[in-house]
Amino acid sequence: MGQYHQPDKQGHFGPYGGRFVAETLVPALDELEDAYRDAMGDPAFLAEFHGELRQFVGRPNPLYHAARISRELGGAQIYLKREDLNHTGAHKINNAVGQALLARRMGRHRLIAETGAGQHGVATATVATRYGMECAVYMGEEDVHRQSSNVYRMRLLGAEVKVVTGGTRTLKDALNEALRDWVTHVDSTFYVIGTVAGPHPYPEMVRNFHRVIGEEARVQCLEQTGRLPDVCVACVGGGSNAMGLFYPFLDDPAVRLVGVEAGGLGLGTGRHAAPLCTGRPGVLHGNRTYLMEDPDGQILATHSISAGLDYPGVGPEHSYLKDIGRAEYVIATDEEALEAFHRLSRAEGIIPALESSHALACAFRLAPQLRSDQTILVNLSGRGDKDIHTVAAREGITL
Amino acid sequence: MSRLPGLFRTLREAGKTGLVPFVTAGDPSFQGTVPLLHALVSAGADAIELGIPFSDPMADGPVIQRASERALGRGVTVRQILAWVQEFREKNQTTPIILMGYLNPVEAMGVERFAEAAAAAGADGVILVDLTPEESAHEVEVLRRFHLDPIFLLAPTSSPARVATVKRLGSGFVYYVSLRGITGGEQRDWDEVAQRTAQLRQELGMPVVVGFGIRDATVAGHLAASGCDAVVIGSALVERLSDARDDRHAQGIATEFLLSFREALGRRMGEGT
Repeated sequence: MGQYHQPDKQGHFGPYGGRFVAETLVPALDELEDAYRDAMGDPAFLAEFHGELRQFVGRPNPLYHAARISRELGGAQIYLKREDLNHTGAHKINNAVGQALLARRMGRHRLIAETGAGQHGVATATVATRYGMECAVYMGEEDVHRQSSNVYRMRLLGAEVKVVTGGTRTLKDALNEALRDWVTHVDSTFYVIGTVAGPHPYPEMVRNFHRVIGEEARVQCLEQTGRLPDVCVACVGGGSNAMGLFYPFLDDPAVRLVGVEAGGLGLGTGRHAAPLCTGRPGVLHGNRTYLMEDPDGQILATHSISAGLDYPGVGPEHSYLKDIGRAEYVIATDEEALEAFHRLSRAEGIIPALESSHALACAFRLAPQLRSDQTILVNLSGRGDKDIHTVAAREGITL
Repeated sequence: MSRLPGLFRTLREAGKTGLVPFVTAGDPSFQGTVPLLHALVSAGADAIELGIPFSDPMADGPVIQRASERALGRGVTVRQILAWVQEFREKNQTTPIILMGYLNPVEAMGVERFAEAAAAAGADGVILVDLTPEESAHEVEVLRRFHLDPIFLLAPTSSPARVATVKRLGSGFVYYVSLRGITGGEQRDWDEVAQRTAQLRQELGMPVVVGFGIRDATVAGHLAASGCDAVVIGSALVERLSDARDDRHAQGIATEFLLSFREALGRRMGEGT
């Protein structure tokens, strides 16, 4: 495989990606793209971005050898990229810092965002405060209920949480509503999209603000093990933490890349959020990608125990990586994720986010099939504090 | 062949501005869709925009979102909508029908299969809100092949380069989005809209139809005076229709509401004065 160069100038990853929006947004996207290219070519911007990642986010975070659980599993060595140790508790802050700095550079004073689990909403609310901007976060009514502590965190940080009651009242509807806000207030507002989806240039831009995950992990793995990992595993909802981890390994064909979608109650039940494993290509939220849709092209309701994976689409670059066979995509069910959640908590003293627990479940399945001198690198994309109510409720415990 | 060039020629010769109501197919009722289309024509519609509902209508305000949800809840599909167009054509061979929706339901059917069926049913033009000109090469080629007009949107923010692209790719008319926002939003500066519309007509050499946010006859009359070719009445009509008790009531509401616009825009050719 030659050098990887995606996307093209119009934001296409092979047949995926692109820009599918109402005309009103096109000039705003052109302006964003120009500002983004200009910023990425400006050493002062990059220095400030990386400075903020060090001083405010707390990077680099560790690559942690989970020795106890590796021994328990009796196979490959599991290493965890500790994005959960970032400020605000997840990888989302990397991208939020990048986009907020870009917004400031463009003279925008209002940030808006969509959020599912609330992690991206919290990250955006945080950086808005950090840079003295207004912030509104759109969140589906169902997610507001299951992630109430994050809703309160956003409000503490001074953000306005806008509850979305249309459609399925989850992440996809929050995204629709944020797009509507943006199109209406395009002169004052910067839309901080939280994943590697949306119209060009978002998928490329969000990936590039998150590639620091894979770049750090690559160096750390070489330092600690003397070689590259055999497998990289990450959960995939929209797919930002996975793209951030995978991207710096794309030109290393020996490194297997595995994305884990939310299998929900099982693929046979239809109650899941696994467009790459079960869907087909279509157009939603500004880009062409794999989608969960009915035969008439209407987008289906999804289900996952983790709000952050509860999305019927996926970043277009993942669609491309699937088609060319560079990454493989599998699922973990709600049950498997919960089991992994408990297992990591008890074996390593680390409570993972339910999203990241999907990646862990896959790694725990793979490890016994590999030799003990092989390495699985798992992106521990977030911490699980936000999920303790959900997990407790499943066990009949009221906190 | 598309009925749109003929319509705009007639309007221009008569010095009139066209009235184009938008309704979501299958709303306010499933079985009442075709009778409602006929009622719109009786009340003075020069053409009709028939909305194809989509589960994620990101360019639409709450009124059309809700109408889309209701229609989908009643089981409306693209094939059903085309069957309604065909039924409408049994009694009406003259009023242009423009299908308006989002790309995904059309792609799910297959662009080619959709275009062939839409043309056979008697549709005249197609607006796909989220299909930007840059991404539209295949769709434009297919629609043209079946003699359907590919209709694009332009906005207050569109650059001269984009106006040129739309001039090259589009036909039938250009849909000028009168505001920076979603359907049914609020526009305050109608003078600016009128000015821009007149400018665009010059640049494009194509009819310009104005929509998004036209709520009353006064505004429509003002736009007509500036020389736009037609106005679209969407959310304001759909909102009123959602209050209908039954199909006959819906037809009554539509008739009464459109007549107020008809007055402001002048009477159609052939109706006398």
